[in-house]
Amino acid sequence: MDVLTLSRLQFASTAAFHFIFVPLTLGLSLLVAYMETRYVLTDNEMYLKMTKFWGKLFLINFALGVVTGITLEFQFGMNWAEYSKYVGDIFGAPLAIEATVAFFLESSFIGLWIFGWNKVSKKLHALSIWIVAFATNLSALWILLANGWMQKPVGYVLRNNRAEMVDFMALVTNPYGWTKFFHTIMSSYVLAAFFVMGVSAYHLLKKNNLQFFNTSFKIASRFALVSAIFVLMTGDFHGVEVAKAQPTKFAAMESVWETQQAASYPLIVVPDPENERNAMEAFKVPKMLSYLAFHDSNAEVKGLKAYPKEDRPPVTLTFLSFRLMVGLGFLFIFLSFLSVVLSRKGNMESKPFFLNIMLFSLILPYIAVQIGWIVAEVGRQPWIVYSLLKTADAVSKSINTTQVLISFVGFTLLYGFLALIDVYLLTKYAKKGPEEIISEMKSSSVAQEV
Amino acid sequence: MEFQIIWFILWGVLWAVYFMLDGFDFGVGMLHGFIGKNEAEKSLAIKTIGPVWDGNEVWLITAGGATFAAFPTTYALMFSYLYSALLIILFALILRGVAIEFRGKGESAVWKKVWDLAIFGGSFIPSLLFGVAFGNIFKGLPMDAQEYHGTLFTLLNPYGLLTGIFFVLLFLVHGSLWLSIKTKGDVKTRSEQLAGKMWYVLAIVAVCFLIYTSFATDLYNNFIIMPLWFIIPILAVTSLLSIKIFAGKKWFVAAFYSSCILIVMVTFTGIVGLYPNLIPSNIDAQYSLTIFNSSSSPYTLKIMTIVAMIFVPIVIAYQIWIYRIFRHKLSTSDIVKDTENY
Repeated sequence: MDVLTLSRLQFASTAAFHFIFVPLTLGLSLLVAYMETRYVLTDNEMYLKMTKFWGKLFLINFALGVVTGITLEFQFGMNWAEYSKYVGDIFGAPLAIEATVAFFLESSFIGLWIFGWNKVSKKLHALSIWIVAFATNLSALWILLANGWMQKPVGYVLRNNRAEMVDFMALVTNPYGWTKFFHTIMSSYVLAAFFVMGVSAYHLLKKNNLQFFNTSFKIASRFALVSAIFVLMTGDFHGVEVAKAQPTKFAAMESVWETQQAASYPLIVVPDPENERNAMEAFKVPKMLSYLAFHDSNAEVKGLKAYPKEDRPPVTLTFLSFRLMVGLGFLFIFLSFLSVVLSRKGNMESKPFFLNIMLFSLILPYIAVQIGWIVAEVGRQPWIVYSLLKTADAVSKSINTTQVLISFVGFTLLYGFLALIDVYLLTKYAKKGPEEIISEMKSSSVAQEV
Repeated sequence: MEFQIIWFILWGVLWAVYFMLDGFDFGVGMLHGFIGKNEAEKSLAIKTIGPVWDGNEVWLITAGGATFAAFPTTYALMFSYLYSALLIILFALILRGVAIEFRGKGESAVWKKVWDLAIFGGSFIPSLLFGVAFGNIFKGLPMDAQEYHGTLFTLLNPYGLLTGIFFVLLFLVHGSLWLSIKTKGDVKTRSEQLAGKMWYVLAIVAVCFLIYTSFATDLYNNFIIMPLWFIIPILAVTSLLSIKIFAGKKWFVAAFYSSCILIVMVTFTGIVGLYPNLIPSNIDAQYSLTIFNSSSSPYTLKIMTIVAMIFVPIVIAYQIWIYRIFRHKLSTSDIVKDTENY
């Protein structure tokens, strides 16, 4: 393998690994903030226990999100030096702003939240988790504005052999970045809500702390339903941005080969990229594809054949990922709707069949967000910055295969180890009941030794 | 003033503050296994940095981000030329972070031992390698217009290694002074004694560094041209001496602040000496990456200046506020009482 392939594999796997932790942080911080606020407002001890129980799981996940994030900032320079030189003038800005405006805030206030229980007032303590939740979401905004620029470059001119920023406001208001941001945070909220429902389902099946987990389930189900509906809506809006800005990605997502007007949407498609056609198209919904692409049922949708072969992304992977993601998105609405209805009376323990479904559905949003990123990033290929710079021209010139092979193996081993630890700790603390966690916190192993 | 100069100063400030803050985290990480004689004492030592280490590390992320935004060519070449060294620093920082957060989440002795080792390695390796990296930047890298003519081992030259050892000692003294002011009981006593002893080693290495720098680098040229700047290394030497004086009088808070000033002044001695270079070439000065030939456009620098001028003071304000909330000294009895431990 060459430096380019290895660097791509390394970036893809380290970014995917980072994004195991990010969405749970984005959503669970809000849920924990809500729980702590309920505690401050009602003085009901159960909400305090909830804050601590879900907070513990939040923190295990948070630590891994933070440390795996540093890797990405380093890699732009390490593996993608040509990219960094070429677009750093405009792409570096949102990254630096993210660190200054958001990451400082979240990392400073998380310390206050963890250790501030008896040092600051209840209200200030609750405020600190709200600040963490706000800052992580703000972080996501700046990162997605940076990614949005790679998808739809705006506000620059080509000058001095590079892309130079001329309009900061264009970067900040890039509709591609904003629709992507809303789509990403909403799907992260779904993921966090399914996480809470899945862990609650485990305990409800075991008949542990019924009131505690019924309430947790109920809160999460409502959060899930609202977020899942927003995922669909923002996904629809984002799709229009994709169709406008990245016709090759849109064509690959839907496996469209021929340019058509008033294009229909086949519910079943089997792509055949070898022969530049679809082996099968069935159950066509008239004009639907044109509507999805441009919110106009007569609009023209460009097919892949309108572009030279070397400018097209891998079709099968993009198409399958997209279809599966959309399918899961509808499933989440359905499952969250059932969850809201069934958990109304707070007796979920009497519905073991549904609880089992929700326990095993915990993993589904994780799959959905990962394949969502595959659509976004594989679908952008062969470009690293759409229509501006090819991925092949972006890789560092001064690194060799051995270096990148060693680093890739190193990341695989280190991240594999971290994944094991994470699963071990999350399972350990998720299986414990809230009472157990809180009493353990009070008399930690250290105390027994002293 | 030109934006490049503003960003050069800010670049220096970010690194200086990073070393000043994460420096004591590194010191504590290297020392906790030695100063702490039992589990409660080790946990106590880690707990002194618990609420703040994460916020401290963000200064590094911001220094990296600022290099990317303000000097993209330097960012690109520095990170790809120093690929292997940065990879090792990265792995070490990742391990340190998870180790600090996870050591308290298991009970067995093996669990704690593994994470203690990770905290030690994750503190020692970056301290040494940041020193090695900066030593080599002071010296200049073997690079021409096309490429870098060196490997990881090129960096491990005597001057690079001396700078690495200098950084390790700076952080060891800094960390033990931090423990002296943040703890009570045996841990405090041992930290005070250790700081006193290690100061002599630091002083010797610091003198060697100052002398060797005049042979191995061109850092002093700027000071000779503008002697006023000598105030910075003089302040460094003064604060080094005042650490010893204050520690002798048992004024450890003053000794710790002196150590903060020392780290900032050492960093700025390097920064002033480098100007206008970010990374000098030791093949030929025409290949050096300077703040003028590797910077972003004036427009980008202007936007970034506005962002920095508004938000950096805000960050400093709330970080100081959080430090004040956690200003109380900790003892092993707090480890028993509290619900969150390491």
